[in-house]
Amino acid sequence: MTQAPLLLELYRRMATIRRAEERLSKLFADGEVPGFLHLSIGQEAVPVGVCAALERGDTVASTHRGHGHALAKGMALEGFFAEIMGRASGVCAGRGGSIHVADMSIGMLGANGIVGGGLPLATGSALAHQVKGRPNVAVAFFGDGAMAEGALHECLNLARLWQLPLVFVCENNGWGEFSPHERQFAAKLAALGAAFAIPYEEADGTDVEAVAAAARRRVEPARRGEGPQILECRTPRWRGHYEGDPQKYREPSNLDAARGQDALALAAARLAAQGVDAEALGAIERAITERIEAAVAAARAAAEPDFAAAVAGVYAEARAHA
Amino acid sequence: MPETRYSAAINRALADAMAADESVVLFGEDVAAPGGPFAVTRGLLAKFGPLRVRDTPISEAAIAGAAAGAALSGLRPVVEIMFMDFMTFTMDALVNQAAKAHFMFGGQCSVPMVVRAPHGGGLNAGPQHSQCLEAWFAHVPGLKVVVPGNPADAYGLLRAAIDDPNPVVFVEHKGLYGSKGELPESPAPVAIGAARIARAGRDATVVTYGAAVAWSLRAADALAREGIETEVVDLRSVQPWDEATVLESVGRTRRLAIAHEAVSAFGVGAEIAACVSAKAFGRLAAPVARVGAAFMPVPFARSLERACLPGETEIAAAVRRLMAPA
Ligand SMILES: Cc1ncc(C[n+]2csc(CCOP(=O)(O)OP(=O)(O)O)c2C)c(N)n1
Ligand SMILES: [Mg+2]
Repeated sequence: MTQAPLLLELYRRMATIRRAEERLSKLFADGEVPGFLHLSIGQEAVPVGVCAALERGDTVASTHRGHGHALAKGMALEGFFAEIMGRASGVCAGRGGSIHVADMSIGMLGANGIVGGGLPLATGSALAHQVKGRPNVAVAFFGDGAMAEGALHECLNLARLWQLPLVFVCENNGWGEFSPHERQFAAKLAALGAAFAIPYEEADGTDVEAVAAAARRRVEPARRGEGPQILECRTPRWRGHYEGDPQKYREPSNLDAARGQDALALAAARLAAQGVDAEALGAIERAITERIEAAVAAARAAAEPDFAAAVAGVYAEARAHA
Repeated sequence: MPETRYSAAINRALADAMAADESVVLFGEDVAAPGGPFAVTRGLLAKFGPLRVRDTPISEAAIAGAAAGAALSGLRPVVEIMFMDFMTFTMDALVNQAAKAHFMFGGQCSVPMVVRAPHGGGLNAGPQHSQCLEAWFAHVPGLKVVVPGNPADAYGLLRAAIDDPNPVVFVEHKGLYGSKGELPESPAPVAIGAARIARAGRDATVVTYGAAVAWSLRAADALAREGIETEVVDLRSVQPWDEATVLESVGRTRRLAIAHEAVSAFGVGAEIAACVSAKAFGRLAAPVARVGAAFMPVPFARSLERACLPGETEIAAAVRRLMAPA
């Protein structure tokens, strides 16, 4: 069993994601978050467990449900909230929003508005690690819905042919928008892995320690040059597809079952058994809330993005020749 | 005439086409059981059954490609792509397969298929959920591109698109779904390629389509209060587009602005401006004006998106410049 300090740190990261998203949900309801908002509440153990196995130089490509990936990889709360609230101080200068949070300095290659869009990006990032001889891996987070996109199948093949340092991480929450996974995919990811001779492992996406351990088992061989790996995590979708989704297509029992799977509660119970009392968790929660409120206040005070700067920002400057 | 929502008019056109011809089938992401991401296809599964109304997985390339194949084999598929931004995945099916089959196979076959997709911004949906990409498709010989701006046209043009023997990209606007307009009790198809004079005027012509028709009409109201009478031509389809109506209107007003939400560069406005310059140069009293979005990805932040997208103000300003003495 993991030492309490590590589990406590994993708990802190998961709680940061959950509280940040709960805060976003409220901000959205109050009209302070424009556009669409996809929350990953309930799924925190997957990004936190996987990113616990990563180094700063490792890269991740994310999905439309990417807040957890961004925060778990180390995105600062200030830039995160400012982006989603559409401010100049946002990580993407207010140009992308929730569905495009990105921070190249920590290897976070972006949330993505295109289902399956992150898969080839992560494949290419792994190629760059390989070509440059870097001891790094790339992670492609994708939802179960993306299994039906050709991109997954093309990337599995390419990654295996080139033995890329790439870990495919599927967050299988059982839903793609308004349709259950069973009605969208005729195969199993495990069988796809077998077809391409790519090692596959499944982990309980509610158990952050199990995800972290499985992620280490997948990341290490990829890092050693043994080629791509697959990790599939079953994880619950607590919320609608997007905020404001009335979820008429979903049986209440399905929603109740999802809400019964709580990565935070599970970790808290284990911590309690290891002697970490409610007082200690309360202190962690209070510190998180303070940091979140500070980030929200800073975002509210921040300037709107400058239009002329945005127009000038369409093309990158050419490199000066030496 | 009863008022109908744009989305309901599309729903009715689909239902009427399916009732009239059992080779019409419908598929796309969440279109059947959930009734469509924008509720456009609600009720059609119950009416026409699971053989003809199907949910697909998230597989846009296969959706469009299978529509082309089905069209080659006797069906008239109508498929939905959830956002026009995702039409990128359908490009091979449309551009290399569907658009060319009739020609390339020596006229042996036709590809009667319709791809419906909503374009447009205004929802702060960001760079990958707001684009207007219709000009790409208008550039491809063999494709037709239809962009209805009101419920009656949405109905009539969709019926015509489904009847058309060629692949048609049917472009809806997310911001129009909830808008209302009159739809006759027994609405008729609207011919693809015939523009509509949405407002008559003697001083300047604004050629437009889609959601920009309403912006242009509001601009014309504002201009009328200043004594400028603007004619608004709703193209309704951009491939083919109604050259005769545009040339006739410009011949009378001698001033032309083209307004659309898409960026101007290499766009529909560029094509029309080139054609009018070539064929009516002598009639023009002012250089042709174009109004479009700023040349940038559609940004997320409210202030940025507002500044990026054109509207009534920009259209009115363009017409005022046309009227200014040289
Ligand atoms: C190419 C593409 N097709 C469709 C969509 C619309 N869409 C956004 S999320 C989504 C469902 C994705 O399901 P999944 O991959 O399981 O992720 P989850 O939402 O469950 O996290 C769909 C269909 C999209 N964004 N991109
Ligand atoms: Mg899913």
